[in-house]
Amino acid sequence: MANTGTEHTVKAFDTDINELRGMVAEIGGRSEQAIAKAMRALEKHDLELAAEVVAEDKLIDELEKRIDELTFQTIALRAPMADDLRELIATFKISGVVERIGDYAKNIAKRVPVIAGTHKLGPASLLPSMSNIASELVRDSLEAFARRDADLALEVSERDQIVDDFYTSIFRSVITYMIENPKDIGEAAHLLFIAKNLERIGDHATNVAEMVYFAARGEPMPERDRGENPTDLLEEPSNGR
Amino acid sequence: MTELIDNASSSESPIMTETAPPAISAGDGPLKMTTRNVDVFYGEKQAINGVSIDVTMDNVTAFIGPSGCGKSTFLRCLNRMNDTIPIAKVSGEITLEGEDIYAPSMDVVQLRARVGMVFQKPNPFPKSIYDNIAYGPRIHGLASTKDELDNIVETSLQRAGLWGEVSDRLQDSGTALSGGQQQRLCIARAIAVDPEVILMDEPCSALDPIATAKIEELIHELRGKYAIVIVTHNMQQAARVSQRTAFFHLGTLVEYGVTSDIFTNPTQEKTRDYITGRYG
Repeated sequence: MANTGTEHTVKAFDTDINELRGMVAEIGGRSEQAIAKAMRALEKHDLELAAEVVAEDKLIDELEKRIDELTFQTIALRAPMADDLRELIATFKISGVVERIGDYAKNIAKRVPVIAGTHKLGPASLLPSMSNIASELVRDSLEAFARRDADLALEVSERDQIVDDFYTSIFRSVITYMIENPKDIGEAAHLLFIAKNLERIGDHATNVAEMVYFAARGEPMPERDRGENPTDLLEEPSNGR
Repeated sequence: MTELIDNASSSESPIMTETAPPAISAGDGPLKMTTRNVDVFYGEKQAINGVSIDVTMDNVTAFIGPSGCGKSTFLRCLNRMNDTIPIAKVSGEITLEGEDIYAPSMDVVQLRARVGMVFQKPNPFPKSIYDNIAYGPRIHGLASTKDELDNIVETSLQRAGLWGEVSDRLQDSGTALSGGQQQRLCIARAIAVDPEVILMDEPCSALDPIATAKIEELIHELRGKYAIVIVTHNMQQAARVSQRTAFFHLGTLVEYGVTSDIFTNPTQEKTRDYITGRYG
């Protein structure tokens, strides 16, 4: 039984829930912005912008703390049940996951000074498109939370495959690039980490989507098929396969 | 009695006539009581409408719902307590171990020994602690010697978790105990006649949180020894002590299922509105 939006007899409960939803929207917006800024800083080699992303991550951390405190307080005071309980647990977990998304953006920003503009490295050309999709997933997963929309959440989880495919593709080309250009291995390794960060952001958006789905439907999101795993590429095929 | 009738007639909305959901199967434990299409009328007023529920031995069953929803009325059908209300008329089928409890051949006194009851307010007899427990076994002839009776009193008080607190003052008056102790004394009194089912009608609503916790712990310990059915207004309590929960609304059984499902993901909007505090 999903939330139908009717009000609680105790109005203060609704006030708390609405405040929490507002804060989740804010932390989501800030994280999404952090990804966009970090990627712009990377493309333009803008050290100032990169430093800004690092500094602003503190706000995201602070928001996470406030969300956790209010969730704790609401659970303790209101003893929520059914979809209220599911939504509050989801809120609590989502705030942690979105904070991690902020950390990945910060990590990308921290690598900006050691990479001299992505245009120099061929394999990096795919990064902006990858980042756009990862950001979209973050935005849509939080939109799904705001709308309590399980279908949109499911769609986000399915679209994460695109980010994974990007990562696999970038992984391959960076490895090839490293073999061909051993002197750039350092920078290329940083690029690989950035791609990995974006891939993790996609996974985290999927985590958010899974919680939205659970909060809305009361059952876990169905498993999706995983695509090619980049680590398979490094392994020798075993006998019998 | 008056309270029941008042509650039943205070609801403004008409009794719903939709078909009651089917009784859930026992699944995990022997079936103790079954009810099928039970209707209760107080005069012209219908208080219970087509309720079908199975009570199993291994699960504590909780009845929840707003005031006047019929949960206490229905509970009282299970040991024919409604017989004491002249205008109450019960129809449908209620069985205990397959036996129709409303059959003319059913001995009601015997039935109430097999299906014991604990009430909202502790109601010990104005007698000694010992006599409170010994009363039932005496009238039902369960003990032939003083030793046997002593044994029943001790075992019942132990099962009710009260022995340690009263063993040295069994001759003190039952009414001199604290509220929580009195309620456990009443549970011990119900246990003393070796019942199969214990019905509890809001057993903790007059108790403080510590006494409530002791009763809840006791319910955990008694589970499996007796089939337990509890009516409670405290939803957290229903969630804590029961494995099956039935939600009543305006005399109808809206939803009956596994407690954890009812409280995390109810299937009916009415259940959800009630348990999340959106009712009314």
